[in-house]
Amino acid sequence: MAEATASTHIEHSGPDAGITRWLYTTNHKDIGTLYLWFSFLMFLFGGVLALVVRAELFQPGLQFIEPQLFNQMTTMHGLIMVFGAIMPAFVGFANWLIPMMVGAPDMALPRMNNLSFWILPFAFAMLASTFLMPGGAPDFGWTFYAPLSTTYAPDSVTFFILAIHLMGASSIMGSINIIATILNMRTPGMKLMDMPLFVWSWLITAYLLIAVMPVLAGVVTMMLFDIHFGTSFFNAAGGGDPVLFQHVFWFFGHPEVYIMILPAFGIVSHVIPAFSRKPLFGYSSMVYAMAAIAIMSMVVWAHHMFTVGMPTVAQLIFMYLTMLIAVPTGVKVFNWISTMWRGSITYETPMMFAIAFIILFTLGGFTGIMLAIAPADYQYHDTYFVVAHFHYVLVAGALFGIFSGIYYWFPKWSGKMYNEGLAKLHFWLSFIGFNLTFFVQHFSGLAGMPRRIPDYALQFADFNMISSIGAYLFGFSQLLFLFILVSAIRSGKPATQEVWDNAEGLEWTVPTPAPYHTFETPPEFKSRRAH
Amino acid sequence: MASESAEGYPAYYVPHNSKYPIWTAVSLILVMAGLGLWLVQLKNDYADPTQLLFVAGALALGVTLFFWFSKVIKENFAGLVSPQLNRSYVWSMGWFIFSEVMFFAAFFGALFYVRSFAVPWLGGEGDKALTGEYLWPDFNRQWPVLQNPDATAVPGPAESMAAPPLDSLSRLLSWGTYLPFWNTVILLASSVTIHFAHTALKNDRRRNLNAWMVVTILLGVLFLALQVEEYVLAYTEMGLTLNSGIYGSTFFLLTGFHGFHVTLGTFMLIVIALRCFKGHFNTRDQFGFEAVSWYWHFVDVVWLGLFTFVYVL
Repeated sequence: MAEATASTHIEHSGPDAGITRWLYTTNHKDIGTLYLWFSFLMFLFGGVLALVVRAELFQPGLQFIEPQLFNQMTTMHGLIMVFGAIMPAFVGFANWLIPMMVGAPDMALPRMNNLSFWILPFAFAMLASTFLMPGGAPDFGWTFYAPLSTTYAPDSVTFFILAIHLMGASSIMGSINIIATILNMRTPGMKLMDMPLFVWSWLITAYLLIAVMPVLAGVVTMMLFDIHFGTSFFNAAGGGDPVLFQHVFWFFGHPEVYIMILPAFGIVSHVIPAFSRKPLFGYSSMVYAMAAIAIMSMVVWAHHMFTVGMPTVAQLIFMYLTMLIAVPTGVKVFNWISTMWRGSITYETPMMFAIAFIILFTLGGFTGIMLAIAPADYQYHDTYFVVAHFHYVLVAGALFGIFSGIYYWFPKWSGKMYNEGLAKLHFWLSFIGFNLTFFVQHFSGLAGMPRRIPDYALQFADFNMISSIGAYLFGFSQLLFLFILVSAIRSGKPATQEVWDNAEGLEWTVPTPAPYHTFETPPEFKSRRAH
Repeated sequence: MASESAEGYPAYYVPHNSKYPIWTAVSLILVMAGLGLWLVQLKNDYADPTQLLFVAGALALGVTLFFWFSKVIKENFAGLVSPQLNRSYVWSMGWFIFSEVMFFAAFFGALFYVRSFAVPWLGGEGDKALTGEYLWPDFNRQWPVLQNPDATAVPGPAESMAAPPLDSLSRLLSWGTYLPFWNTVILLASSVTIHFAHTALKNDRRRNLNAWMVVTILLGVLFLALQVEEYVLAYTEMGLTLNSGIYGSTFFLLTGFHGFHVTLGTFMLIVIALRCFKGHFNTRDQFGFEAVSWYWHFVDVVWLGLFTFVYVL
């Protein structure tokens, strides 16, 4: 009897019509699409906030907004870009790609997958609604250090804390789903060391997320209790310590920055071999490097706090451990370059973004090593040098990785080819706009311009004007990206079956566009590696 | 058993769509927004703070999850759960418990940091001794902190929950009246009884299964009752509250979140006990039972950490 019921319950149909397709969907491709569009919307929202900041900083003096509102802008820009734009974009990629790359019919737990996504729009609606509350939105920086975020915070901090809880729940459920899919749903014969690097990057990222999102939940819970129930976690008068906040926060925060870059490593490790027409150089060292980066990321957190007044021994330990991370990261950069070495390279847009990723991310890595030097950090700390550093790794690193991946897989997903000329234009505008914005910030930072201020001394005026011009160029060129995608979907030329000459992996073996259901039976898989 | 595909692999069940997740998301946002409103209105001394949204959300969440879980159980009875899907459940529960471990790790980390660094520094010892010298030179370092650095702003507790030190036999006997010791015994015993229940299930001895489930639940409830008793004592007799400085903060958040997890665990035990009474689970198919028992062992292990570092050491 059980058999009979079972076979009638297996459903193979296509998508539902109308809005319920998106509300009730359990399909990994639908959910991936939702994640990607949501993250793009958040990207534009966070971008507008950044442009308000850059407008105010175009000239010295207060032009457009009050310092209070300025602080809200920088805070919300950071929170929305980190939790709303970069992270959901990578989860969108994971949803689209992991089942197709490992030959699975869908994600391991399709309904929980839907829940992971649909929490996000509500959580961000709640976060954005704080702009309308008395006292305004959170204004204590995206790192929300206590006691700024507790004793001196606006009332809206409570809603910020609860929104963080929701985002954390979404991330943890999403990560559990991804790990279960990778560990349990691979097609027979695909061993762990046969997995595509994007899958590896997400396995490691998901582990990091499950390890540190609960710690973020812990620290915001301590804040909630300090604010509403009179506890003394971050209050020295009661025996607590504001520095405790920073330790717990950065125990989450440092792995978090690797969470935002590892999937980009994965994407670039697909794009570079495809357009170099060579297999990836040093596959296993790439895997070990990512694992090493992830493990070490959990023991370097206090390099964000060199100036807070830590014992010297602690500063030294965190300095050396941080510098060690440059080794596995260097392995990755050398492997990408070695992959390109003597390859027959062509420069389509995904490759352009990937090469820019390698160059600019490496620059961001170098400034990271500078910041890791504890004695030197006293000069750089809380200046625009830090702002320049993390935008090199998060915009030119994470975001360019996302652009590269979108241009690379979009034709297979949608069945439509984007306009290569316009996409190249998008690349160059982004590349120039980005460097114009952030390269000069290294100099203003080294000269002593502090971050998170609405006004500054006159000697920084030229750098800031250049920076603002670059920011507007970069910001508005993302509308071109939107146009490229929408026009490709509406009226793009059909993409070919293989799309790219040398793209490898199971996701390229399915028809173009990828059908609604793929690999309902596990595909054939032959390992290319000798075991 | 799950139906087989043409190639002979059992098909992995992928539901076509589901209304439960979005309703769960809507309920969750109601709970969170409602909680936020409630807390902010309390903080601003509203005469009649609204709990309506929170309660409505919590009810909606309960109802939605009830229907979602029933649906999954029915799918299991319909034979849709292949061994591979079952492994997905196993992995997921394991990683969920790992996430819970990390949540507690944040609070344990805070406790260790405060005890090893923050309080000694405030007391004028170690690398950052000047903190204490400048701020509160009269503060005497001790753990548990009974006298806070600024004792007028944050009055400390009269007594702590620390266990009597084990330096003589008579002290050892005094553990006989030490409530957290008995809570440790009770929770450890419940971990054993749920293991007996599990063994009974695997050997298909249903009456033993049901009996051990009842015993486990009773032990869980007893633990919670004693925990409530301890909190009442703390608030009424010992002056130990959330407001009494860092000792109260770490004590109540660590034991409180543990207690919250035991409450959740007891509820889960009740659900699977009712399912046992209805004849659910069998010698081969018992994931739901095992997930709850793993969770129960997890709260037991957390308690051992708590008993060691919050009460004894």
